[in-house]
Order: sequence, then structure tokens, then C-alpha cells
Amino acid sequence: MASAIEAAINLGVPLLLLAVAYFTGRRVERQHYASIRARESELRMLPAVTFRQIPSAWAVDGLGVVSGSCVVSVDYFKRFLAGLRTFVGGRVTSYETLLDRARREAILRCKEDARRRGFQAVVNLRIETTRVTRASNNSRATAGVEVLAFGTGLELRRDPR
Amino acid sequence: MILSTTETIPGRTIKRFFGVVTGSTVRSKHIGRDFMAGLKNIFGGELKGYTELLQESREDALARMVQEAESLGANAVVNLRFATSSITQGAAELFAYGTAVQVD
Repeated sequence: MASAIEAAINLGVPLLLLAVAYFTGRRVERQHYASIRARESELRMLPAVTFRQIPSAWAVDGLGVVSGSCVVSVDYFKRFLAGLRTFVGGRVTSYETLLDRARREAILRCKEDARRRGFQAVVNLRIETTRVTRASNNSRATAGVEVLAFGTGLELRRDPR
Repeated sequence: MILSTTETIPGRTIKRFFGVVTGSTVRSKHIGRDFMAGLKNIFGGELKGYTELLQESREDALARMVQEAESLGANAVVNLRFATSSITQGAAELFAYGTAVQVD
């Protein structure tokens, strides 16, 4: 009897976590994507480019380093899916969307930083990705992924486009 | 101090090079933040505590780099770059580097 209860707990808890994570994770992701899309269209007027040099046609009045970063974590359900995926190999879609969200969010924050400081464009945008580990000693050491976007914000005399 | 990720500063000429300047800091999270991150690992989402911590640390690294540049007599740092690495469990190194120059 005791072992039956134990078995039920051992199986039930992860299943419950999977179900909860599936719904919360999906909701979080959907909301995040909605927010990303809205802000992206709002910031379309502020271009961020990867040019290493400032186009000579642009009259620059001032400049400064701008940055934006974001640490995101994948949910329990998606981690489980990714774990299954490693058996057969192939595209790990659950991590692809996680990185996509993190990257777009970081670029948005970088642009928001530029706008807040009165810049009209960002040049030489760079993107760095790092794995962030947890302090506690458990098997799942990855806490999340940090994406940093940074570049040079420019104050322009007239519109860059 | 003028900071830029580009190789030159528009409208200014570089008079003198002082070489590479660096600034770094190694940080770890406290237990509370780590616990919250554990929860987020189940439900998914942004780890705001980590984002803030890393951003603060990066500013610290940048400040150290600027300090080094100032001590050399530079008034600008060009081609600035950031790098982050996970050193060990729960700790990360934030690193900022660039070339200290004197512009007119």
C-alpha cells in the first residue's frame, strides 16, 4: 500500500508539473510574443544596424553606448520535450523559440535605451549569448540564457532614412 | 569620457593611442534569487533578478574600464566590446574592453 502511494507520488508530481508548465509556459510565451511584436512595430522608426562604420551621409551630433539584455528560462515542459528530442536528434524547437524571444527582447531593450537617451539610430549592433548557471547543486544547472545586445547610439541632425 | 563601439568617432580625429583597457567583475547570485530562478525553471519566463544583476555588474565592469582609461589620460574609448562567461556554477564574469584613445 505504502509503495503504491509512493509510486503514485513519484509519477504524479512530475506529470502534474508537466501539465502546469505546459499551460503557464505557453501563456507566458504567447504574451511575450505579443509584447515583442507590438514594441517592434513601435520602434521601427529607430533603426538598429550592424554597420561597423557610420554612413558618411549621416550628420552625427553625439553618440553613446547603448545596451539591452534579457535572461529567459525555458519551462519544465519544454525542457522535457528537448530531453526527448536528444534521443532522435534534429531541431529542438522549444529552445529555438526561447532564444528567439531573448534575442528580440534584448534588441528591443537596446533600442528603448537609445530612445530614452535621445538617439535616433543604433550602429554596430552586437549580440552576445551566454548560458547562466544556477548556484544550487542540482542536475539541471542551467538557469537560463542571457542575451546582450549593445551598440552605439547616434544623435542625428536629421532623419537617417 | 566618450564611449563608442565603432572604430572612430565622427567629427573627431584620434591623436593618440593608449592601447587596450579592460574592466571585469565576477558576480554570483544570492540564494533568494536562485530560488526564484528555480520556480521560473518550472513555469518559464524572464528571470528579472538575473537580468538586473548582470546589467548592474556590466556597468561595474564598464566603470572599471573607464577608470583605467582615465588614469592613462585618455578621453575616449573606441571599439568597445562586452563579453560574459559562466565561470562556475552560480557565478559569471562580466568583462568590458576597448581601445583607449585621445581625441581632439
